[in-house]
Amino acid sequence: MNFSMIVYILAWVLKIEGISMILPLICSLLYRENDIALCFFFIGAASILLGYILTAKKPKKIAFYAREGFVIVAACWVVLSLVGALPFFISGRIPHYIDALFEIVSGFTTTGSSVLSDVEALGKGLLFWRSFSHWIGGMGVLVLVLTVLPLGGGYNMMIMKAESPGPEVSKMVPRVADTAKALYKIYFILTIIMIVIFLLSGMPLFDALCIGFGTAGTGGFAIRNSGMADYSMLSQFLITVFMILFGVNFNVYYLIQRKKFSDAFHSEEARGYFIIIAASTLFITLNIFQSIGRGFLFALHHAFFTVGSIITTTGFSTLDFNEWAVPSQMIILFLMICGACAGSTGGGLKVSRLLILLKSLGKEMHLIIHPEAIRKVRLEGKCLDHAVVRSVSTYLMAYCFIYMISIFLISFDGYDFMTNFSAISATFNNIGPGLGKVGPLSNFSVYSYFSKLVMIFDMLAGRLEIFPMLILFSIKTWRKTN
Amino acid sequence: MNIIVVGCGKVGLNLADQLNKEGHNITIIDNDEKELRHAVDFLDVMGIHGNGAMPQTLREAGINDADVLIAATNQDEVNMLCCLFAKKEGHCSTIARIRDPQYTTEIKYLRDELNLAMVINPEMAAAREIERLLRFPSAIKIDSFSRGRLDLIRAKVPENSKLVGIPFYSLKNEIGLDVLVCCIERGEDVLIPKGSDCFMAGDEISFIASPKDITDFFLKLGLEYTPVRDCMIVGGGRVSYYIAKYCKETHLKLKLKIIETNRERCEFLAEEFPECSIINGNGIDQELLKREGIETTDAFCSLTGFDEENIMLSLYAGKLSDTRLVTKVNRISFENVIREMNLGSVIYPKQIIADSIVRYVRALENSKGSNVETLYKIADGRAEAMEFRVLNDPDLINRSFSDMNFKDGVLICGIIRNHKVITPNGSDMMKVGDRVIVVTKNTGYNDLRDILEEKEEEESVIHYEL
Repeated sequence: MNFSMIVYILAWVLKIEGISMILPLICSLLYRENDIALCFFFIGAASILLGYILTAKKPKKIAFYAREGFVIVAACWVVLSLVGALPFFISGRIPHYIDALFEIVSGFTTTGSSVLSDVEALGKGLLFWRSFSHWIGGMGVLVLVLTVLPLGGGYNMMIMKAESPGPEVSKMVPRVADTAKALYKIYFILTIIMIVIFLLSGMPLFDALCIGFGTAGTGGFAIRNSGMADYSMLSQFLITVFMILFGVNFNVYYLIQRKKFSDAFHSEEARGYFIIIAASTLFITLNIFQSIGRGFLFALHHAFFTVGSIITTTGFSTLDFNEWAVPSQMIILFLMICGACAGSTGGGLKVSRLLILLKSLGKEMHLIIHPEAIRKVRLEGKCLDHAVVRSVSTYLMAYCFIYMISIFLISFDGYDFMTNFSAISATFNNIGPGLGKVGPLSNFSVYSYFSKLVMIFDMLAGRLEIFPMLILFSIKTWRKTN
Repeated sequence: MNIIVVGCGKVGLNLADQLNKEGHNITIIDNDEKELRHAVDFLDVMGIHGNGAMPQTLREAGINDADVLIAATNQDEVNMLCCLFAKKEGHCSTIARIRDPQYTTEIKYLRDELNLAMVINPEMAAAREIERLLRFPSAIKIDSFSRGRLDLIRAKVPENSKLVGIPFYSLKNEIGLDVLVCCIERGEDVLIPKGSDCFMAGDEISFIASPKDITDFFLKLGLEYTPVRDCMIVGGGRVSYYIAKYCKETHLKLKLKIIETNRERCEFLAEEFPECSIINGNGIDQELLKREGIETTDAFCSLTGFDEENIMLSLYAGKLSDTRLVTKVNRISFENVIREMNLGSVIYPKQIIADSIVRYVRALENSKGSNVETLYKIADGRAEAMEFRVLNDPDLINRSFSDMNFKDGVLICGIIRNHKVITPNGSDMMKVGDRVIVVTKNTGYNDLRDILEEKEEEESVIHYEL
């Protein structure tokens, strides 16, 4: 295990985190929240300083492999969260450290679950930091590190593999660093466009920025106690559209940027994703519009918002879907698990994995009827290697396993099954609100600190696609001899 | 004509034999001395020992006086190189055997760049033949132009056809298909139809259409037609590959099931053709064949590499049900024995391409100095369908057809421009480099100019002088 390299990269992450605290610092100063500004200043300066000291000398041995790559990613997210929670804790706005940690993990993993019942009391600076963490976490911190850190060799692909969501990571350009840059460029430009459009739709600047970050990272922290309900229908509609756009595989945008439109529009995963959105919206609308009783279009608008918010795992809410009919709630639960496209900022199981699983089910059924048949599982017109199909099946297994254990662990708090199940669904899939007692209008403060730690683990595992977290906590990883 | 055949394998030898019988002077080049001696002993040909891809060897074989060079070794690359040098050294038309499916996908480019007159691919030709057999009732004859971009089909108009009485000029609007009727046999007469003509029950018509429109036209015409919906193929070699490819390209609703022993080949086929069902198993295993539905399949093709196996499989399938059978046989020598067995349609890949080359050479001979590309006799030889290449001739090019004065009984059936098919009407015109398909009753044309009526002014001048 190349520890010096792990520390080196972690130090880089600290530096970047320190630098990214400059924005909330400015924000606090503008709103005259001097105590919070001071917190940001000291924590930011300390992390930058520590980062500089630790990166002053580049390690002699820079080679690292898949094991280190996975450990780096997992450890980096843990460190990032531990430091990121400090402003909440030190400023005293969130008195307990585990609550602060829950809040910031929920931010970085783009979950958007909160333990606060009165978010507005947090102050503008911390609200900004909370939402900004969505934006950083959405594309990945290490992807950002890769754009500035010239590691050379094939090592950095290990990191990219561990941090990018989806069953397979494809490079868009030959170099990893350039791929990371291209990703961040698309991410940045889309975010800017979105914020400008939000401003034009009549949103105040602060709201446009925070909600923009939440939408881009598909996070979902609200900055008002009423969630998204206060904004105009137009703003809500625009938020929906952008949530859905950020749930599409970024390769599609890269193809559009390269003017390869036909390739972009033939993406099988994106098509499946849009079909699921359209079908679920229609179903929920038909299911709820009579009980809501404010006309078909009203129901359609909110059903579309909710479906977009849940499938992209953003978790903004306009209406309390806790009051909807049970079939609609089941659809919402399904969407939570389904998640967005691979290679997007969304979480969940990912549409591409679902497609692969369905197709291999078809293949297995075919093989029962024709035992000697040879059949390939293909996605996007290409045949998938057997190893990919196998890893997707294993992923599903690990996913279900962690799901069940987590539900078991938090069940000691004594809440009903729906609440527990949806709480784990909401955190593990990085969504935000669940159903029952953790619905859109409630929060996670009802759970014990132990349950919160379980959920913190789930959020990180969900964001990093399980394996990095499992490897970080596996004894075998840390043994000197294999 | 002087013809050089490079490579004396099964294809080369069969070709040399057939062309020799047609009365051509054949020179064979091969680097296997034993094979060469065998060829020279049995056929009245000359043999040159050497590498056909060497200019030196080609010169030795008399490339300067050769009219045609056929490169038929078993290596595609050698064949292409051979044709390239032959073009540089002499003035012959070159024919190359190219059969690797990878090259076949770029065949247009290769043909143009190497300036090949023809590309031969026995497996592809066989696959095309089988695909046609599966698609259309066997009673109908099909020839193709421009390497399969257009087909010339002969069919009989049934008694109750709905198209009887519809004039041809409104046929396209009526049925929505690009089909051009180019010849009608009515009793003893042969007609080259005009726009105002129409079908009559009992006519034998020849029409030109692109392969994808043929099925629809048959249905519109009211022909009894039982399509083959599923087909079982034993053997996953090149022929099967091309059949699957044709089915994919022409969107034929035909469910293929390919049984192949080699696992890697199965994997490859499964990758290429997701819509086919690929079974990894031995086709000789009767249990496997029954399990995969040999008794209920609409068609059964035995296309393994072994003639004996193919024959046995077809006999077995024929015994179990009266499915449509296709059997591939490589060796022609036992044709007289095979003919009496119940093997359905027997396909000789090598014979198919030998036929097409012989036809090409014949057309070349007919048109020495002219520009005929392909020639088919239709209506029992009473009419001809010819494919011309348009040269730079001011009387022909860039003039719309309605302004031109064609001879009676001449019909322009199709223009192929940049690999695209145009069904011509009065406002279309010919351009340099086009291929034009002309159907005519007046046989013996060897130049595209022959289809024009002689200019009237010249005639009147002659009158005056008299």
